[in-house]
Amino acid sequence: MSTNIELRKLVKAYGDIEVIHGIDLTINPGDFTVFVGPSGCGKSTLLRMIAGLEPITGGDLLIDGQRMNEVPAAKRGIAMVFQSYALYPHMNVYQNLAFGLETAKTPKAEIKERVQRAAEILQIVPLLQRKPKQLSGGQRQRVAIGRAIVREPKIFLFDEPLSNLDAELRVQMRVEIAKLHNDLGNTMIYVTHDQVEAMTMADKIVVLRNGVIEQAGAPLELYNNPRNLFVAGFIGSPKMNFLAAKAEGSGLNTAGNSVALPRNVAGATTLGIRPEHITLADGSGVKLAEVKVDLVESLGGQTVVYATTADKQSMTIVLEGQRQVELGSTVTVHADPSRVHLFDAQGDVILG
Amino acid sequence: MTVHSTIATPIEQAQRPSVWSRIWQNDAPGYLFLLPWFIGFFGLTIGPMITSFYLSFTNFDLLQAPQWVGASNYVRMFTADPKFSASMRVTLFFVIFSVPLKLAFALAVAMLLNRGIKGLPMYRALFYLPSLLGASVAIAILWRQIFAGDGLVNKLLALFGIIGPSWISNPNYSLWTLIILSIWQFGSPMIIFLAGLRQIPQDMYEAASLDGASKWRQFVKITLPLLTPVVFFNAIIQTIEAFKSFTPAFIISGGTGNPINSTLFYTLYLYQEAFGFFRMGYASALAWVLLALVGLFTAFSFLTSKYWVHYDD
Repeated sequence: MSTNIELRKLVKAYGDIEVIHGIDLTINPGDFTVFVGPSGCGKSTLLRMIAGLEPITGGDLLIDGQRMNEVPAAKRGIAMVFQSYALYPHMNVYQNLAFGLETAKTPKAEIKERVQRAAEILQIVPLLQRKPKQLSGGQRQRVAIGRAIVREPKIFLFDEPLSNLDAELRVQMRVEIAKLHNDLGNTMIYVTHDQVEAMTMADKIVVLRNGVIEQAGAPLELYNNPRNLFVAGFIGSPKMNFLAAKAEGSGLNTAGNSVALPRNVAGATTLGIRPEHITLADGSGVKLAEVKVDLVESLGGQTVVYATTADKQSMTIVLEGQRQVELGSTVTVHADPSRVHLFDAQGDVILG
Repeated sequence: MTVHSTIATPIEQAQRPSVWSRIWQNDAPGYLFLLPWFIGFFGLTIGPMITSFYLSFTNFDLLQAPQWVGASNYVRMFTADPKFSASMRVTLFFVIFSVPLKLAFALAVAMLLNRGIKGLPMYRALFYLPSLLGASVAIAILWRQIFAGDGLVNKLLALFGIIGPSWISNPNYSLWTLIILSIWQFGSPMIIFLAGLRQIPQDMYEAASLDGASKWRQFVKITLPLLTPVVFFNAIIQTIEAFKSFTPAFIISGGTGNPINSTLFYTLYLYQEAFGFFRMGYASALAWVLLALVGLFTAFSFLTSKYWVHYDD
């Protein structure tokens, strides 16, 4: 019953300026897909093209195999949750939820029933008679989601829905949206610039930059096998360390060290290693470099070390547990060779 | 912990500057700058108002001292003055038709301009122009030319073989020419509507269009309710303006309110009484009745506003 979405060479241009450059993407029925990327990457534009709020310049948008390019927004079976919530300030919560159904001339009794059901799912029944201005940010967010639920759409679209909430509420709503997806099983597309949101919620992450897809795949697939420098740096927090490197025969010279990697290193100019994949001098893995400790953050569960290599490249190291690392000391860092990523001059990954 | 006494000794009190000298030293420059406004407000607004209120209970022809007549000016107005009721009818008719039509027209143009057309600043200025010129004598004279028997309107109609009447001298149409003149001055409410429309977030319309709401439903269910504070403001201002309307009627009818009192605006009648017949007492009473009427209307609008004006916060 879930809906499949297919983008074929989708293009968006404003006048002569093309902002979405021929995107191909298949979204499987019932998937929770997250579009993620820095601001200006085109993720919201792409979402609005799917919603029908932006005309499509070129290519095809197919929903359940039917071309939707010229189909008006209301006829695509889509509901959208806006970043600003877009609640109607002059209507109370009930009226806000009922607006779409009233527009569709749904019988009054059915409207009441569906509004009630959505309100129960989102636990906003006591708020039904209130105006949006009498609600907190989190409650408004629930109403906005409720407005989407009552319409029983085939597809849910979320445009950065949590960015106006404080950190604690954001985590809470993130869990609720994920739960909602589990309960409803609809196809959902979620736009965010926050890679943590993407990692925690998505079945599939689509990383966008400058109007093209850099990589699309399951969260761990992107984490473990980033296709290029951009994705490697974007996914994961703290972000991956990049060290300038130079292939020398079968070895690799980085930060003044010769690193022996049992893999193909030809053409490598950058070595990437995630902070959590680095170990201090305890012998495991290959030796990467000697670094000077600049700052230590003890988070309790983790210890984060900020350090500099001999040739002034910065490096972040995340150690499990509570570790004693002395400021200003020089330590040797090691890494599991299978966790090391190599990139060529174009920024593309070099496969081992 | 030591407690310090905050009560001043008699010596300290004597040394402290007196209230008057403090005012003189600290506040005098401020009052000095306010002085021109004070003189204007009390000399040109409050003073004349109080005087006219007193005069409204007198007979006064400017030559002899005012004679106290009690409420007889007011009694005569409501019982024995057909011209008063005629002018009241004309003015109410004008208010009831010109204000809603003008507001509707202003809103329509504002919505058109709000669609992101090119050269918006130019159109905005052009459409605002009539509001600056509209109440002027020159425009009123021009209006007389346009709607006269051999005026522009009839010349245009003649192209289609229609022989139009002299619009301004026909009592059936004369007031309507003034209503059209008033609608033509839609610039100032339009600018305010435009600002109000700009305040409505675009994503409300997007949400509504995803909900399948037609443009008309969006207008009725979103634009109008969210614009009600602006509609309210414009309605009050324009109604007061309409009640006060004077120049166009004066020029078009040559100060007579003719034909057959069909353009005898209340203010025109007041003017005739004051400066035509020098019945200053009666004219003052007329002015106070107008003020009361406008006040009543405004109060009524404010009282009803809580049922139809939606404030965002």
